[in-house]
Amino acid sequence: MHTELLRLREQVLIARRDRVPLRLRGAGTKDFYAEHSGDPAAAELTGSPLDLRGFSGILDYEPSELVITARCGTALSQIEAALAEHDQFLGFEPPAFDGDPTVGGVVAAGLSGPGRMSAGAVRDFVLGASLLAGDGELLRFGGRVMKNVAGFDASRLLCGSLGIFGIITELSIKVLPRPHAEETVRLELDAEAAVAAFNRWGGQPLPISASAWHDGAAWVRLSGAQPAVRGAQARIGGERIDAARAAQWWNSLRHCTHPLFSNPSIWRLSLPQTAAPLDLPGQKLIDWGGALRWYAGDQGDRDVRQAAQRAGGTAMRWRGAAPAGRFHPLAPTVAEIHRRLKRALDPEGIFNPGRLVAGL
Amino acid sequence: MVILEEPAQSNPAQAPTPQRQQAVAAALRAILPSDCVLWREEERRPYECDGLTSFRQLPMVVVLPRNEDQVREVLTLCHRLEVPVVARGAGTGLSGGAMPHASGVILSLARLNRILELDPVARQARVQPGVRNLQVSEAAAVHGLYYAPDPSSQIACSIGGNVSENSGGVHCLKYGLTVHNVLRVRGFTIEGELLELGSSAPDGPGLDLLAAVIGSEGLLMIVTEVTLKLIPRPQLAQLVMASFDDVGKAGDAVAAIISAGIIPAGLEMMDRKATRAVEPFVHAGYDLGAEAILLAESDGTPEEVAEQVADIERVVKAAGATAVAVSHSETERLRLWSGRKNAFPAAGRVSADYYCMDGTIPRKNIGRMLKAIEQMEREYQLRCMNVFHAGDGNLHPLILFDANVPGEWTRAERFGAQILELCVQLGGTITGEHGVGVEKINSMCVQFSPSERGAFFAIKRAFDPVGLLNPGKTIPTLARCAEYGKMHVHGGSLPHPELPRF
Repeated sequence: MHTELLRLREQVLIARRDRVPLRLRGAGTKDFYAEHSGDPAAAELTGSPLDLRGFSGILDYEPSELVITARCGTALSQIEAALAEHDQFLGFEPPAFDGDPTVGGVVAAGLSGPGRMSAGAVRDFVLGASLLAGDGELLRFGGRVMKNVAGFDASRLLCGSLGIFGIITELSIKVLPRPHAEETVRLELDAEAAVAAFNRWGGQPLPISASAWHDGAAWVRLSGAQPAVRGAQARIGGERIDAARAAQWWNSLRHCTHPLFSNPSIWRLSLPQTAAPLDLPGQKLIDWGGALRWYAGDQGDRDVRQAAQRAGGTAMRWRGAAPAGRFHPLAPTVAEIHRRLKRALDPEGIFNPGRLVAGL
Repeated sequence: MVILEEPAQSNPAQAPTPQRQQAVAAALRAILPSDCVLWREEERRPYECDGLTSFRQLPMVVVLPRNEDQVREVLTLCHRLEVPVVARGAGTGLSGGAMPHASGVILSLARLNRILELDPVARQARVQPGVRNLQVSEAAAVHGLYYAPDPSSQIACSIGGNVSENSGGVHCLKYGLTVHNVLRVRGFTIEGELLELGSSAPDGPGLDLLAAVIGSEGLLMIVTEVTLKLIPRPQLAQLVMASFDDVGKAGDAVAAIISAGIIPAGLEMMDRKATRAVEPFVHAGYDLGAEAILLAESDGTPEEVAEQVADIERVVKAAGATAVAVSHSETERLRLWSGRKNAFPAAGRVSADYYCMDGTIPRKNIGRMLKAIEQMEREYQLRCMNVFHAGDGNLHPLILFDANVPGEWTRAERFGAQILELCVQLGGTITGEHGVGVEKINSMCVQFSPSERGAFFAIKRAFDPVGLLNPGKTIPTLARCAEYGKMHVHGGSLPHPELPRF
């Protein structure tokens, strides 16, 4: 066993012996992303921090396999640089926020960027994962191949688990070749017309890799073979945006660095792509072709969760006080399965207590 | 997790007493219309196996509910009476996932066969589990949409079965497996509790339990409704056939295509034994002089396809292709595919018996695997035809033998075992797409440690604490861990011989 992994194992065993929970941590870019009331001091986000950045390094990357295998503490920037050398990238475009997250953190949080609806989410790309469990055992799930139906898909289950089952120590992730061509067009449209247009174009064989709307303008990114991108651009119309400005725009959505995100009160709604714009005040940003909607600004006494639910989706309190919890509540049957899983896989409750679900 | 907490399991082959059978059948008849409960032996007989006919077991009772309420009532009853429940779709599975439990109920979802809603704007279809895979694409065609996963049995296999097995198909290199194309499932736990996982709104709160259920082979819940993602049908598809004078070169060409940044819609490989077996009755037009051929499909707009086809031609020539042909009509494209789709029946024509494997390896090892198989052919004195989903590294070696020749079956079995062992050694897996079921349950012991299997049991218990859903399948207990299992086809007779096999 690698010496750093041995050290982590030691820490886990001590935590288990002393019943002192651990707070697993990479680069800390998503410290805010937890099921707590918004006041970290009073929060359930407890436990002694365990820094996982020491267990890092790319273990295997062969471009012809379209798979990269890395230790959890590997910086996202390092992985993206290695991929870029071979004209490949992470199709799910994970957010880095204002830092450089670890790949373990990226997978544990399960957050995806603008390419989510076309390329897929983090969970669509995770092929294999290793888990250092509470008893010090190292479990390997999935593998480094695209097709694998042996056993339950535990590696995808770890995706977005926020570390509540143990330390995700190693990951194999599918990567994609960079598209030969990419163009972004901008069209003056109101929110309703933009969502309608996104859905109309989505039903046609067009190489749309991202579509978003903000402040009276729709942005559409086209990625693929040169002729396909050119053809789609002619069909969609709009103003062509130069590459630098386009990159800046999509990065500001991907990394949540758009000025809207500096607002102290933000809701993140996941809705069916076709849902009509909700009647909520504040600044709005629509991503994922209509499926992801950000609302920045005070909502007064409006019940945002109920509004999201009525539209067929869920609402997450992204920034600001969350007396009713950050994440949308789970249905009782689903919550019970969460409880049973946590009890079985982390019986001593030493990993990230309360981080994903209150009380777990 | 070191302690492997195994579910208490009744013996799947232990027949119930006649009193027990009568009592359970009577209780089921009390909650279902009489034509929905089959309990006479001749009525139950057709359900004794799925597509893996070498494993058979007569079920205690078969129920065929017509709606979701009836499914829930059956589950509540079975839970109360502690009766194992084995879900069944179209029965085309190749690993015995729907093989009955002797003292259990077969819950056929075949009558839940309606497309409930097809929304062309949202590009989604809400369907019942008994809907056939191809039916979805047929219904969506009028809107220029289709459902991407296309397992070879797609004219017969059900969506519920696809969810259960995480089915793939020829086009999953580009379009993904079932797990990438299902947005939501709705159904019941064994306790009869309603469970909805996933949503038309992506990335909901909590754990991704939907991903755990897809491919869970009926061990976690009973699905009564599935929301599928539909995608626009490409305007054009073209197929490139490249010939090679060496199997290793063909394997390397696969890696070269991917390295060049090309993701073909399909990327298949056949060796000479396979093309020679297929050609006489399919007349696909394969290059019989080649040691191996690659079939690479490109789809998209006409301009896009033209560019990609030119790229593929360039790469395969540089990788040493001796000849390259491109389909110039839809008829020609389908003719070239038909050979590949008929490889399994062709094996049945050239050999008394054959034995199909389903391992996956990293693409870079395809050449190495083929050389190793050649070596094994000499060692075991048996021939092996190779057809691969090369783009995914998913192998279907077909070991040819004659069960009537003493010793051949034993040699074939060892040959197959060695291939699967090599798959695991080369960083791959024992099953790429056919599932574990009863067939490969022993091989699971090789791929997973007791602790890993313990974690699988933990997942199982979180959904099904009483262990009544499809007990004894997929995850082996410690006691089970014995030897590799494989698919044995006798006399070239596959279940559902009318279906093309990939």
